[in-house]
Amino acid sequence: MSTLPNETLVEMQRRMLRIRRFDERASKMVKRGQIPGTVHTSIGQEAQVVGATMALGDDDYMSGNHRSHGHPIGKGSPLGPLMAELVGKATGVCGGKGGSLHLADFNVGSLGESGIVGSSIPIATGAALSSKVLDNGRVALAFFGDGAANQGCLYESMNMAGVWDLPVIYLCENNQYALSTPAHTVTSGVIAERAAGFGMPGVRVEDGQDVLKVYEAVSAAVENARSGGGPTLVEVITYRYNEHSEGLRLGTDYRDALERESWVGRDPILSFRKHLVDSGVATEDEMDQLEIDVLAEVEEAFEFSQESPFPEPEVAFLDLYTDNPIGAHA
Amino acid sequence: MTVMSYLGAIGAAQREAMEADERVIIIGEDVEANVYGTTGAGKSRKDKGDFLEMFGKNRIRNTPISEEGIVGAAAGAAMTGLRPIVDLSYSSFLYMAMDQFVNQVAKNRYMFGGQASMPVVFRSAMFYGLSTGAHHSDRPYPMFMNVPGLKIITPATPSDAKGLLRAAVDSDDPVLTFEACTLWGSKEEVDEAEYRIPLGVARTHREGSDVTVVAISGAVPEAIKAANALAEEGLSVEVLDPRTLVPLDREAIVASVARTGRLVVADPAHRTCGAAAEISALVAEEAFGSLRAPIVRVTTPDTQIPFSPAIEKQLYPDAMKIAAAVRRVCDVPEPAQETALSAR
Ligand SMILES: Cc1ncc(C[n+]2csc(CCOP(=O)(O)OP(=O)(O)O)c2C)c(N)n1
Ligand SMILES: [Mg+2]
Repeated sequence: MSTLPNETLVEMQRRMLRIRRFDERASKMVKRGQIPGTVHTSIGQEAQVVGATMALGDDDYMSGNHRSHGHPIGKGSPLGPLMAELVGKATGVCGGKGGSLHLADFNVGSLGESGIVGSSIPIATGAALSSKVLDNGRVALAFFGDGAANQGCLYESMNMAGVWDLPVIYLCENNQYALSTPAHTVTSGVIAERAAGFGMPGVRVEDGQDVLKVYEAVSAAVENARSGGGPTLVEVITYRYNEHSEGLRLGTDYRDALERESWVGRDPILSFRKHLVDSGVATEDEMDQLEIDVLAEVEEAFEFSQESPFPEPEVAFLDLYTDNPIGAHA
Repeated sequence: MTVMSYLGAIGAAQREAMEADERVIIIGEDVEANVYGTTGAGKSRKDKGDFLEMFGKNRIRNTPISEEGIVGAAAGAAMTGLRPIVDLSYSSFLYMAMDQFVNQVAKNRYMFGGQASMPVVFRSAMFYGLSTGAHHSDRPYPMFMNVPGLKIITPATPSDAKGLLRAAVDSDDPVLTFEACTLWGSKEEVDEAEYRIPLGVARTHREGSDVTVVAISGAVPEAIKAANALAEEGLSVEVLDPRTLVPLDREAIVASVARTGRLVVADPAHRTCGAAAEISALVAEEAFGSLRAPIVRVTTPDTQIPFSPAIEKQLYPDAMKIAAAVRRVCDVPEPAQETALSAR
């Protein structure tokens, strides 16, 4: 890992910070009624997201889930249209028709997040099938949670990817809970070990708060996929700091307060900052400046989302079909 | 022109599409071995070689039995540059992939603000009327008509099957095609050259002035049979096949009823919220003033499909039932003596 250029290392920190500050802002906006509905933040999981997205090339594909903002941000999507989408504005990355759960930015290979748990896993598999048939060298990665790891479509996908040697990475974000349900209470065995049943490598990144560990594991899987070696299942152990979704108030405390504290003590962004400074990659001043820059970027995205107009009513009928844009005959 | 069967026409359209565009692939269970006769070049497997020999394993993809995975992967492939034709064999198996159809295939373009296009065709056969029992006898197209974002086609003749399938492969939107197995053996003169039939254009099989029969899929030949027999009774029946249910040729249906003043809809799907219900509502809304009699639907009743041939066949719209419905809307009594239909 020491071979990574300094600018790549700093970029990792920048992207993790972008996710953190964007999601902190989104959380506030939900609570202030500036975002309709709710959002699911990736706060605490930034290393897991960025370690994976930075291991992908610009042309590579990615599909995601309801914990949806980190993925496109990690892949390099600009913040303004993402924020505008959360608010439902015409300038949103999906023109206001997707919202937080359905962010997609095809410009950066983001084929879409999914509100249906597990449902986008076959999409990444199909993108990998395209790459294989068209022989264009692209790799696809599917993000999904520990909860989604119990959906059947994951195993249909892994089996197909296995027999066809598809260039795809199944990336399980094991934050140890699916909503209120602890993963160990609903998950038989170890998720990464399930790969063995499909004859593919299964890798467990025990320290998913270390962006370099995640990057290393996913890079190896990407390299293997790109060189024709087929799929890999990567399970990353991580933790979400916030509630399952913003504003969710559950009657029961399913998480131990001490548990959360111990994870916050191993914060991926603070640790990586320390690593960058200690190893001489960046100075404290440069890191402070990075924080200021990212905060300004998020502020700008917020302003953009506020200034942008809402979509016109007829937009509700657009984009259903390619040839007859007005799909409905109401 | 050459005589083709319905299945032969589908095979011909698939071959044309595969030859015309490298991005077209065929994926599904047992497609390599040409089990259903639509992935082979000729009448027999060794005739001119099958698709596997012609196009190779990269483009002819035998899948595991994983409908949800297949449909989702085809969607992902369509979003990233391929134009898959997915062979799902029996239409009953579509239910295994309902999430992918409804939540991904139909919604992705819309949700993502037009960023995705979804050029993928899903073929499936409706095996009703063959004693295959409740698990293999479905006619599920109305369920999918209820999902905006999908296009639904139900070709009823070999020439329509060939031209509509080519148009479906050309479409940048997802198309589900439902092929009634009762039509598989039907034959007609089909143009061997490439041609496409645009989606959303109905076909008038027979012109008439007393009543419009809108018939769908396997009900089309039954409606034609009924119309021919009723002509001998002095009734002039127009038979119109919408051919595609989404988009639906609303203008053609409304214009026909405006001329005839009467409507019978023959639809092999179940009654409640079926295609016939939608077409009836359309005419009630758009052509009420032209109607001289109540609309009558001839559908499969809302029951499951029994195995025993003794009790299955009675359930589907056939020429007798369609003729009876026509007489009813025309206020003509049932003939006392044997007719061409009752004698069959
Ligand atoms: C098919 C489906 N079932 C249930 C839900 C409701 N739901 C949304 S998120 C979620 C928990 C998902 O847990 P996990 O996959 O571990 O992702 P995480 O939220 O922990 O990131 C549930 C049950 C859903 N959206 N889709
Ligand atoms: Mg989880």
